[in-house]
Amino acid sequence: MLATRAAQALPNALAFKTVLFKLTNWNPALVFLSLLFSIPLAVVFGSLFFPEYEVWAHLRATVLTDYIGNSLALLLGVGFFSLLLGVIPAWMVTMYRFPLSYQLEWALLLPMSMPAYIIAYSYTGALDVAGPLQTMLRDFTGWQYRDYWFPEVRSLGGAIAMLSLVLYPYIYLLARAAFIEQSVCVLEVSRTLGCNAIDSFRRVALPLARPAIMVGLSLVVMETLADYGTVQYFGVSTFTTGIFRTWFGLGNSLAAAQLSALLLVFVAVFLYLEKRSRKQARYHHTSSTYSSLMQQRLTRGQGFIALVICAVPLVFGFIIPVSLLINWAIDTYADVLGKDFYLLLFHSLLLAFITSALALAIALFMAYSNRNNQSLLNRIMVRFVSMGYAIPGTVIAVGVLIPFAWFDNSIDTLLMENLNISSGLLISGTLFTLVFAYLVRFLAVSINTVEAALGKIKPVMDEVAKTTGMRAVIIVKRIHIPMMRGSLLTALLLVFVDVLKELPATLILRPFNFNTLAVRTYELANEELLAEAAVPALAIVIAGIIPVIIISNSISRSRPGHE
Amino acid sequence: MNKLLLISLLFVQQLSFAAEVNIYSARKEALIKPLLEQFTKETGIAVNIVTGKADTLLKRLEVEGKNTPADILLTVDVARLIRAKDKGLFQQVDSELLNKVIPENYRDIDKQWFGLSLRSRVIIYAPDRVNINDLDSYIDLADKKWANLICVRSSSNVYNQSLVAAMIANYGIEKTERWATGLVNNFARPPKGGDRDQIKAVAAGVCDIALINNYYLAGMLESSQESEVEAANKIKLFWPNQDGRGAHMNVSGAGILKPAKHKKEAIQLLEFLVSDYAQQWYADTNHEYSINPEIESSSVLRSWGKFKADDLNLGLLGKHNTDAVLLMDRVGWK
Amino acid sequence: MNNAIEIKNISLSIEGRPILEDVSFGVNEAGIACLLGPSGCGKTTLLRCIAGFERPHKGEVWIKGIRVSNPVHHLPVEQRHIGMVFQDYALFPHMSVKDNIVFGLKNLNAKRVMQRLDELVALLSLEKHINKYPHSLSGGQQQRAALARAMAPRPSVLLLDEPFASLDIELREQIARELRQILKHDGITTIMVSHNQLEAFAMADVIGVMNEGELLQWDTAFDLYHEPKTAVVADFVGEGVFISGEVINDKEVKTEIGVIQSTVAHETGVGTKVRVLLRPDDILHDDDSSMTARVTDKAFRGAEFLYTLELESGLRVLSLVPSHHDHPMNEPIGIRLEIDHLVIFPER
Repeated sequence: MLATRAAQALPNALAFKTVLFKLTNWNPALVFLSLLFSIPLAVVFGSLFFPEYEVWAHLRATVLTDYIGNSLALLLGVGFFSLLLGVIPAWMVTMYRFPLSYQLEWALLLPMSMPAYIIAYSYTGALDVAGPLQTMLRDFTGWQYRDYWFPEVRSLGGAIAMLSLVLYPYIYLLARAAFIEQSVCVLEVSRTLGCNAIDSFRRVALPLARPAIMVGLSLVVMETLADYGTVQYFGVSTFTTGIFRTWFGLGNSLAAAQLSALLLVFVAVFLYLEKRSRKQARYHHTSSTYSSLMQQRLTRGQGFIALVICAVPLVFGFIIPVSLLINWAIDTYADVLGKDFYLLLFHSLLLAFITSALALAIALFMAYSNRNNQSLLNRIMVRFVSMGYAIPGTVIAVGVLIPFAWFDNSIDTLLMENLNISSGLLISGTLFTLVFAYLVRFLAVSINTVEAALGKIKPVMDEVAKTTGMRAVIIVKRIHIPMMRGSLLTALLLVFVDVLKELPATLILRPFNFNTLAVRTYELANEELLAEAAVPALAIVIAGIIPVIIISNSISRSRPGHE
Repeated sequence: MNKLLLISLLFVQQLSFAAEVNIYSARKEALIKPLLEQFTKETGIAVNIVTGKADTLLKRLEVEGKNTPADILLTVDVARLIRAKDKGLFQQVDSELLNKVIPENYRDIDKQWFGLSLRSRVIIYAPDRVNINDLDSYIDLADKKWANLICVRSSSNVYNQSLVAAMIANYGIEKTERWATGLVNNFARPPKGGDRDQIKAVAAGVCDIALINNYYLAGMLESSQESEVEAANKIKLFWPNQDGRGAHMNVSGAGILKPAKHKKEAIQLLEFLVSDYAQQWYADTNHEYSINPEIESSSVLRSWGKFKADDLNLGLLGKHNTDAVLLMDRVGWK
Repeated sequence: MNNAIEIKNISLSIEGRPILEDVSFGVNEAGIACLLGPSGCGKTTLLRCIAGFERPHKGEVWIKGIRVSNPVHHLPVEQRHIGMVFQDYALFPHMSVKDNIVFGLKNLNAKRVMQRLDELVALLSLEKHINKYPHSLSGGQQQRAALARAMAPRPSVLLLDEPFASLDIELREQIARELRQILKHDGITTIMVSHNQLEAFAMADVIGVMNEGELLQWDTAFDLYHEPKTAVVADFVGEGVFISGEVINDKEVKTEIGVIQSTVAHETGVGTKVRVLLRPDDILHDDDSSMTARVTDKAFRGAEFLYTLELESGLRVLSLVPSHHDHPMNEPIGIRLEIDHLVIFPER
């Protein structure tokens, strides 16, 4: 009774806090850290103050509508298909038992380890007009190119397919976690109210999982906007290719930055609309009891259909492209493998490891600061930092390059003037810059994951722990960490895989004589040596598989009261 | 100990060796590394390299300013050399050897950049569908008879930009724009893929004619992949503009950067790159034409015969690069 | 068959372990039944069999004259037209109270939906809360919202799974009585599950006591209390102690506290060793009585004290005494037996 009253009083007490207090009550360390990681974004936004009227007039007259139209079509397409490919299998493997359903649970995440540009290369190699399939078709039938219709891989539709196939795992991952956590009672109650399985899914499970699915979708949206490799290879002019073209072709990096800023506005509007649309409804469960999830065993026929539905994203997103890569790698591995190659592997893993660990530490710090201190400024800062995910790697790299070089050069000048020593470039051109750029780009992933995990730990649990005399550090160690372990691991490994795949920022910022698997893959593929590129590409995929499987296992075990 | 090593790796600029030279290279590592290794072997000078896209390297040089560790910028296209020059990144280099070996139109009049290898943008065609007598010049490709028969890669590609820039230099903007409009109307499909893709597209019958850099065709003919050789054998090369100015040429090249801390070694490297050994390697390995007319081309290149090259001063390509991109935007060349 | 619900010989085992064994009962139209028993006795499983979440291996379930389940045929939950309120209410957290309530009203037009909503909101006093979301409701409000949701489609039967378990103890009985009125007002056939006999007494017309998968007795609250058919029922329902004795004749049993007489005859054979149930209200406090017992424990229950009394023999009994008789611990007080109906079971 008392507890209920206290709980009711809590929001009232919070309401007394004035906005002013919310604004001023900020955490200096957090703000400093956020500012640091906002620098590249600020550089991008800063460009807006120096409008390049001429270039914009040209863009508007010629290509801008194309960029916007294609980007929107790409977003809608990828969003729709990755929802389809992510949510439905997530529901099926969570609720039903059918042949291979256990294996599919983790296997459906595998395409996550596949960089979009690599899947694009492999499908193009196989399905393009000059590829083996169409060549065989022509040889077999005697048709000419113009005599038959064949889906064009390198097209807007193709880009949508490629991106959906490798990005759906973000939605699958989060949707499955949400379905697993759902109280079974809620689903059962809907059935007593006359809903069949499909109605229950549509009217109850899906809306309940919506926040998680939307987080996944926003990751997909941001990845899609940031993608350059695939759309460029497919000749689809999007906002991102436009940025590169404005910069490289027109040599105007300012206008390019302005296009990026516009891209960010896109993202910000999307995130805002999503948040606003569910302002009212709180999604955490009111119930605390969980009966164990009874997976329904499907009949042979239903099971077969479920298997086929769930296998589609796996087969097309992983099995086929990997088989193609293996097929090419068999021809070329002897030339590519060598001491040099293992160094590439080491470099890739090293970067992925350092970055993911740092990202997790920073995300934890930010999430905790935000938890203990709901200052508006804090929250805005954290949101702002998360937007880096939507910015193409190249743009971030430049956003890092400029302030770091400025910093180095300023110190050098200072030392020269006072001590007549040249310090040269201290941090520019080191791995530090590269890791920093990765953090700017991928912090969103770890922050979102950690915040969600921390949000599930109700403050009451801390209070209970405090009453037993635990110090804050012990509470974190003995209560929070065990409760969040799965999510923390997920945050770590998602960034790990992302860094393994990252290309553009690596290309620009890496130090002398420092190559990674992604760089090698790109260089070979860019010279149109797809067969040679297959070996490093496969290495990226394989290095990414292990973390992906670990993530999947940790989620399966995350069901409350389930071991 | 290992941890210490890792941390120092992260935060400290690599230590300078006494004799070294640092390169920012737009040329892919595989296409330059063996030469650099040979250079180190001969001179004992260590070579450090970062590869990347020319424009990002330019940006990196620009912001690093006077403290950049790089000594040399290597590119695969003249337009970027000129852009670097215009941004004041290069310094003047007085090398008798370079001036002697490299023909005048393939190096900068202010001695800031030097062409190191030559390539030509040529027409390829399907001999079973195209009568060689119908082929003529680049200009002719805008003719209505080629409607829906031409494949070209994207206008984002610098080789196309330089070709259009050369057209602007030779014929002026207006005529070039009319030409480009006609060319785009003749496209068989929206531009996509690289030059090898255009070759494969002609071989597969998507189009009858394509524009490519010559060494891609040579590379495919010499490929270890059967399918590549097969496709390359289905098409033939045509030297355009032989009755006019000659085939459009481009260079890969380099310049020494203003803040270079190893200028001596850098000049040494450039001179090595125009040496007979290096030039022969360019010709044999990547099927480019040597910048030195006395070096013999690879057998594949020789099989295409002698041709007339446009002797346009390449400095003009850089000058018209932006105009070229704007023009391609206007005519809808994606 | 007149019963709204008819359960016929249901058996169910899960992973080889029997959960329900040969359970049968019936509930008549508009009746309120309660399955009462300790946790793990199978009562919730039985409720889930009626709902259709579980599938009995033997026996049949009939709802409103329709056989919804036998070992071969199994009507899916969503087609049984039942209403169910879960222990934690399981309100849809993403919907307002109003949307929760109208969730099951699929085939009605908007006007009828609003009409039904208004009815239920008035009946359950939810006027102030219909636009709120579940997380901002108190436990009692959540329960009423869940009940309204379950009742909205006018189900053939309403199933309540431990409906009071999540409520404050002091509120339970009061709410149970209110709930009973509401259900009776709507004339809805109800089966609830509880482990708390006071809730069961307050709510139900008829109560089934379950233990280890068996339905031991199906009776009114009064009869369960006063005429339990087995020792287990007697032990579980109400308070009391057993004392050993021997049957003398059809109205008398000889025990260590003397011969106990009842006004109603029983049928146990003369000379049988038996156990006699003594309820706290069978033992009255009487200062004039010659039999005394020492107070070893006492619990204040407002109007009464529940005394635990130790007889000279060491035997302990319970006695309910009006609370103005406040005796200190260890004080011997006079007691007297007053038994209408002997509850005796053969000695084990």
